[in-house]
Amino acid sequence: MTDAAIDIRAGAFKPGTSDAEIEAAAAKTSQRRRRTVIFWRVAILLAFLGLWEIAARQAWIDPFFYAMPSAIAQRLYEWTTEGTSEGPLWYHLYVTMEESVIGFVTGSVAGIIIGVALGRNRMAADIFSIYIKVINSIPRVVLAPIFIMILGLGLASKVALAFVMVFFVVFHNAFQGVREADRAMIANARILGASNWQLTRSVIVPSAMSWIFASLHVSFGFAIIGAIVGEFVGSRYGIGLLINIAKGSFDAAGMYAAIVIVMVVALGAEYLMTMVEDRLAKWRPQPLHETQ
Amino acid sequence: MAIEKNAPAIELINVSRRFLSPTGKSLTALRDFTMTVQRGEFVAVVGPTGCGKSTTLNLVTGLASPSAGEVRVMGAPVKGIDPRIGFVFQSDALFPWRTVIDNVMAGPLFRGKAKSEATAAARDWLARVGLSRFEQHYPHQLSGGMRKRVALAQTFINGPEILLMDEPFSALDVQTRVLMHEELLRLWSEAKASVVFVTHDLEEAIALADKVYVLTAGPATVKSVYTIDLPRPRVVADIRYEQSFIDYSRTIWADLKEEVETSYARAAA
Repeated sequence: MTDAAIDIRAGAFKPGTSDAEIEAAAAKTSQRRRRTVIFWRVAILLAFLGLWEIAARQAWIDPFFYAMPSAIAQRLYEWTTEGTSEGPLWYHLYVTMEESVIGFVTGSVAGIIIGVALGRNRMAADIFSIYIKVINSIPRVVLAPIFIMILGLGLASKVALAFVMVFFVVFHNAFQGVREADRAMIANARILGASNWQLTRSVIVPSAMSWIFASLHVSFGFAIIGAIVGEFVGSRYGIGLLINIAKGSFDAAGMYAAIVIVMVVALGAEYLMTMVEDRLAKWRPQPLHETQ
Repeated sequence: MAIEKNAPAIELINVSRRFLSPTGKSLTALRDFTMTVQRGEFVAVVGPTGCGKSTTLNLVTGLASPSAGEVRVMGAPVKGIDPRIGFVFQSDALFPWRTVIDNVMAGPLFRGKAKSEATAAARDWLARVGLSRFEQHYPHQLSGGMRKRVALAQTFINGPEILLMDEPFSALDVQTRVLMHEELLRLWSEAKASVVFVTHDLEEAIALADKVYVLTAGPATVKSVYTIDLPRPRVVADIRYEQSFIDYSRTIWADLKEEVETSYARAAA
């Protein structure tokens, strides 16, 4: 957002202004712009939190349901220093992250492999597409009770749920990415001497990569959803359990505090993902998405 | 079928190529098409847009097979992709996620050469097309003409005996195109490959080729063949002002014009 080209307007500079002066002025303009953006971002956040706090304290909204930022901060502080009623916060966070990350990694690897395989094989794609459509039409969360029944209250059932949340998104994008691979590029690789496997590995997969990455961005969020929904339905540990318990004791601040934690984690993951992608995609003229 | 030592590089004998349109209608791209390219010969194929020029090349590569007739490369029928063939595409067919040098060494690596050997060969070819300074650049950082030169190096590094070119320079501006013509003729005279150069630009065809095939409006078949008897080495930038070039141009254009008009009338109808 900050590196938008700054045009030098006619008349802005006197004739004879040196390039260095123009550049210095441009650098100043761009810095001022960046500061304005940051200022407004912070200002809007503060205004939102402040308004919430005041509204709750003045009883314009019922703090019993909506809590208030200070109570949420208080709850977060208690959780981090004294731990939750169910044990230390870090352990719950660790459990949820473990479930999400395992589900995310296995789901995306499976999605990529099967997506690429079906994308390369039209016959198999025609045969299996109907099943994938059928399974895909199931709202994923209804599987939670089934997985918990089959796999128990532990890690496996949440991983399974996170897996199915992630798999279909990544699969669809990998499949589409393979289908969209440039015909001329494929023909070029084949004439240059690529075998089928070389073609898949060094042409098809790299060219589907921007599609795949687009899906990885959203699917880590989906993995967290899978883990947390699984924890709602039945678990002994995890952020989902904390939310469930807070709900049971009408502890609004606790629920919002758990949401804040998940938000921070998801943002961190998104940031990491963008970093990895930028590193992998340095060949691209411009990233497909803005970093912030 | 004995493989003759001195068989022509490419023979298309009464070839037809039909294919099904997405709506299931049968379309004919080529009809009774016959063409012979001798070893070391530079052949240009001109014809109206969309007449099936590119189809001829796909038949030679083995990416497409004829519905009728026979396609022979070096005296043997085409079965699959022939490693002796190189192809330069109209569009940018470089791999955008690979650096220039990785693009050039793709061919040798695909063909199982050792990495060190491939790197050395790629360096050599980049030097020949004058891009040594851009080894580590990505394609999007280069101009169109430079990308084309990378594509030429990528193709020539495999040492093709047959070089197929599908309107390779049509996306370039006129000045760059002339430079690329010079570059191509230089590489070709060193490599001694047989070339089929498909284009819709008649002047380009005359300036480069030994023989110009004029195709009819689709379904394409050979309308006439002209032998271009201009001395080599040719300076492409100047040759177009020579009287004999202008004469060739005028004669062949008279021939081609009818087909272009037919094709245009058909598209407008």
